[in-house]
Amino acid sequence: MRRFSWFNATSIALGFAFLYIPILLLVIYSFNESKLVTVWGGWSTKWYSSLLQNEGLLSAAWVTLRVAVVSSTLATILGTLAAIVLVRIGRFPGRTLFSGLIFAPLVMPEVITGLSLLLLFVAMNVDRGFWTVVIAHATFSMCFAAVVVQARLYDFDKSVEEAAMDLGAPPVKTFLQVTLPIIAPSVISAWLLSFTLSLDDLVIASFATGPGATTLPMKIYSQVRLGVTPEINAVSTIMIGLVTIGVIFASYTTKRASARQEREMKAVDAGAK
Amino acid sequence: MRRWLLISVPYLWLLVFFLVPFFIVFKISLSDIATAIPPYTPTFDWSQGLSGIGTFLSQLDFENYFFIFEDPLYLNAYWSALTIAAISTFLTLLIAYPIAYGMARAPKEWQPTLVMLVILPFWTSFLIRVYAWIGILKKEGLLNLFLMNLGIISEPLTILNTTTAVYIGIVYSYLPFMILPLYASLEKINPSLLEAAEDLGSPPWKAFWQVTFPLSIPGVLAGCFLVFIPATGEFVIPDLLGGSDTLMIGKTLWNEFFNNRDWPVSSAVAVVLLLVLVVPIVLFQRNQEKQREAGR
Repeated sequence: MRRFSWFNATSIALGFAFLYIPILLLVIYSFNESKLVTVWGGWSTKWYSSLLQNEGLLSAAWVTLRVAVVSSTLATILGTLAAIVLVRIGRFPGRTLFSGLIFAPLVMPEVITGLSLLLLFVAMNVDRGFWTVVIAHATFSMCFAAVVVQARLYDFDKSVEEAAMDLGAPPVKTFLQVTLPIIAPSVISAWLLSFTLSLDDLVIASFATGPGATTLPMKIYSQVRLGVTPEINAVSTIMIGLVTIGVIFASYTTKRASARQEREMKAVDAGAK
Repeated sequence: MRRWLLISVPYLWLLVFFLVPFFIVFKISLSDIATAIPPYTPTFDWSQGLSGIGTFLSQLDFENYFFIFEDPLYLNAYWSALTIAAISTFLTLLIAYPIAYGMARAPKEWQPTLVMLVILPFWTSFLIRVYAWIGILKKEGLLNLFLMNLGIISEPLTILNTTTAVYIGIVYSYLPFMILPLYASLEKINPSLLEAAEDLGSPPWKAFWQVTFPLSIPGVLAGCFLVFIPATGEFVIPDLLGGSDTLMIGKTLWNEFFNNRDWPVSSAVAVVLLLVLVVPIVLFQRNQEKQREAGR
């Protein structure tokens, strides 16, 4: 594009420096030999090995991972259904309320969502723990998942679906064999987004949890309140590393998948002509 | 038939786990605190039948709301949460706009990478990103160390545990939410419009204010809502970066619930916060729907 001036270049550079320097410093200081944050005592990986001895942290990490896998799978299924309802089923009674219920959780302060879910669980008299956290996470993640899938459903060519239906494919079969493969990249990103949202959440989990289901963010939070320690930096670095690898991998595979799809579509188009 | 099945699954889920809970919050906000499990009274007793509903309803009152409105602590917390959220939304917009603008003007082949680089920090834990700032902002932290080594300051600045740190935290954490919608709307602007403005003799800053900025307003609005609404109820940032004098209603609610164990008052706090935010939330939803209609 024209006019990519020094002004534009500087604002991007400064902006990205602002976004990344704090994370970078955190990662660097996780390798600090010294316990003091400001004193550089040379490179060391001792905080990582001390993590392996920290049972509380490890079990919290295991709970978090399980919650994230289950809740993001639920959220992706529900969110995909919600996106199809919003995009493919035009008008139905209660649509405005439905789309409101999809958009409100995106911006709703977490303290409100958390408190209200807790009071629901108490009113229903369920034991709080693993499953209540899963339900809580699935509920707010499904809205993010719905938005991601919805965007993809809007811009794909509906005529492919219609062609399948015209050829006599029943709607469920059409969905599984035509629609789902086309929206698959967005379904994968919806799952990944839900997964990281769940991995990340402190506030809603704190309300929805019960005995025996302490998640990693809750553990980190209670240690952070006591001060900065290199051990927390090490846990954070591991989480950042995993997420970064996941995101890069996901964007690479979805890019390849959509490139292949486009090629196939072009081939079909060329064949039709 | 099948259509209704499809609609009902996500719909019922959201009704049960998102909408109904608000009514429960409202109900509990009308009860009184009690030393019991659950810690409020009255609780509903099914065994008494209809007369039970009568006595149940007669025990509800708006006492907790009067309490909130009489105690300046709560009103101050609401007010300062709103002002802190408004000021930080504005600061986020100021910082995000040039970045989004630069991204939209960058060579086409760079743009997906740039977008990806904006999203990446958003995927890394919110808590961790806030935590990173503690090490930077504290008295013997990296920022003070850096500035003192450069000789810009001789005494360390107190930034951590002040409202300034809360501003920094909010701007930093919510920046991607502002950049992305801004970029989406700036990227759509047809460059020939600006060329036309220039050909007609308009200086660049005037072309910006009269062409680019008005066309980016849907993105500005979406970004502002995405930052302002959650920031108003923010808990983690004021708790970890703010000081004891930094009042924000999200923190008040958390303390009321977890430290004072007063469920009815925290419910009332949540109901009032929701009422305060209902207007921006509805506006946000309308803005999203409108953009989608336009995008089709």
